[in-house]
Amino acid sequence: MSADMPARPRRLAELAKTIRSKNAGVDRVTFDVIFDDAANYEDVKRSGVLTRETVAALYGVPDSRITDFVTFDPARAIKFTMLRSRPSGSPGDPDIFGCQQYAPLLDIEVLPPSRRQER
Amino acid sequence: MAVDRLRFLCPNGHLGFAPLKVESFDLGVATRPDFILADSGSDDIGPVPLGSDTSTAPKEWQRHDLEKMLVAARRLGVPMIIGSAGDTGANSRVDLYVQMIRDIARQHGLAPFRLAYFYSEVSKDLVRSKMAGGETVAGLDGRGALTEDDLDATDRIVAVAGVHPYMELLERGAEVIIGGRSSDAAIFAAPAIRAGFPEPLSYYLGKVLECASFNAEPYAGKETVIGEITRDDVKVTAMSPYQRCTPASVAGHAMYERSNPYYEHFAGGMLDMSDCSYEQYDEKTTRVTGPRFVPAEELRVKLEGAGKVGERFMGFAGVRDPYTIGRIDEVIGWARRQVEERFGTPDEGGYQLHYHVYGRDGVMGELEPLRHRPAHELGILVFGIAPTAEMAEEVTLTGTRQMFYARLPDVKGTAGGVAFPLDEVVRVSPAYRWTLNHTIRVDDPLELFELHTTEVASGAAVAR
Repeated sequence: MSADMPARPRRLAELAKTIRSKNAGVDRVTFDVIFDDAANYEDVKRSGVLTRETVAALYGVPDSRITDFVTFDPARAIKFTMLRSRPSGSPGDPDIFGCQQYAPLLDIEVLPPSRRQER
Repeated sequence: MAVDRLRFLCPNGHLGFAPLKVESFDLGVATRPDFILADSGSDDIGPVPLGSDTSTAPKEWQRHDLEKMLVAARRLGVPMIIGSAGDTGANSRVDLYVQMIRDIARQHGLAPFRLAYFYSEVSKDLVRSKMAGGETVAGLDGRGALTEDDLDATDRIVAVAGVHPYMELLERGAEVIIGGRSSDAAIFAAPAIRAGFPEPLSYYLGKVLECASFNAEPYAGKETVIGEITRDDVKVTAMSPYQRCTPASVAGHAMYERSNPYYEHFAGGMLDMSDCSYEQYDEKTTRVTGPRFVPAEELRVKLEGAGKVGERFMGFAGVRDPYTIGRIDEVIGWARRQVEERFGTPDEGGYQLHYHVYGRDGVMGELEPLRHRPAHELGILVFGIAPTAEMAEEVTLTGTRQMFYARLPDVKGTAGGVAFPLDEVVRVSPAYRWTLNHTIRVDDPLELFELHTTEVASGAAVAR
């Protein structure tokens, strides 16, 4: 962890290089949060703000809709996948590619380590 | 086979969706690769192209890339392979590409070559007879087994080929292959496996190359990358002067469009990338070792199917009055009831009516955490879907125009509840849905695919 980690909460958008969503097949949307800074990656992993439960709550879906939740060290990435409300491009689907579903992740607040209980 | 390394050039991750970039392609060709390959398909584009047997890609862009690749491949005397022709990999898309190859060969006066292609479409009758014989057409991604109803509602099915048709066509001496629907990675894995390279590295090679420059950084599509396979590793190199392949970019690509970055399933087995290691090999190249391949216990082939839901019209309305914005669900409810008075409920009338409320939750629907905080103005997109165009038009027009007359108790504006930028509804493509995202067991990996080989003479192709 870098020594100059600020004491204020920071938004996930400040910490991650890439935050994106995209279809994973026709029935799922997958979300990638990718860091170029190893310290930020490790800190967000430890912080507990991104878990199966927190993302399910953020999107207002039951935990069972989150089919995968993994951390992927080679790419410094946190990744989860959600069952769609309806298959891609079906009547009523507003996002055929699933590529604009990540926005709520941007504003997730990450507290500095001094202000949180470590998991 | 004696070769100890093979080099694969991929210029585009979805040929036709946007044209390849010529500079990095030419740089790649100048290094004399052993194969030139690209995937041309995706199920990302929704069910309409497969259901309606169309492409989303313009013919000019498809032809542009096929021409670049064919002319380069014939000049180098190396095989060219295209998978999932024309977005969907349906038979008509394969025929379209085969004809383009013939036209380009004639136009450039290319020396004769052997052109092979295969079809991936599977008839409903075949699926029905397998089901009648007791086979379960198993659902993927949480879907249940295929039902007779969903099969009846299907217009077109494609089977997703693994390496098998490509290996067989290479065995028959193919110099150019146009594939029906295929696993992206199989296009690349097939020639490597056939040349004797280990299956895990061969599938990994395909996995890492399928989207071309999406495995490099900075982010850029449609730039050429080259993958090299040996018996020990895969090395992947960006050809664009602007890009490099780094451990982070290559590893990051493993998770793109996938539920899980560690596992990838094919007809015949599963690629396990959980123990892959990545190292920077030179400035623009990353070296990967450690993938594993777990053969499947039974051979199951993925089926994709799309079925028509109905004819579709679209309407639009805007709202600016904050009182109305706060009661927009009542406005929509009023309009829905007017449609119901005419046609009955959606179930009774066999229609669908969808409202996308932009400015509130138009993009994310029920996943939108901020849907309780609508903007100062809303745009409402209305889709009506029905068995006939006439009915779809009336459903959509009623569902759109009746928002104008919604009866809100305290509204100040009594001259019209919404703003119309257009006082009509417009016909758009019919609505389709994905009816199949399933797998079916096969005894012979080629049984769902129809293989063809022809000779392209300079000027004409002769069927054999």
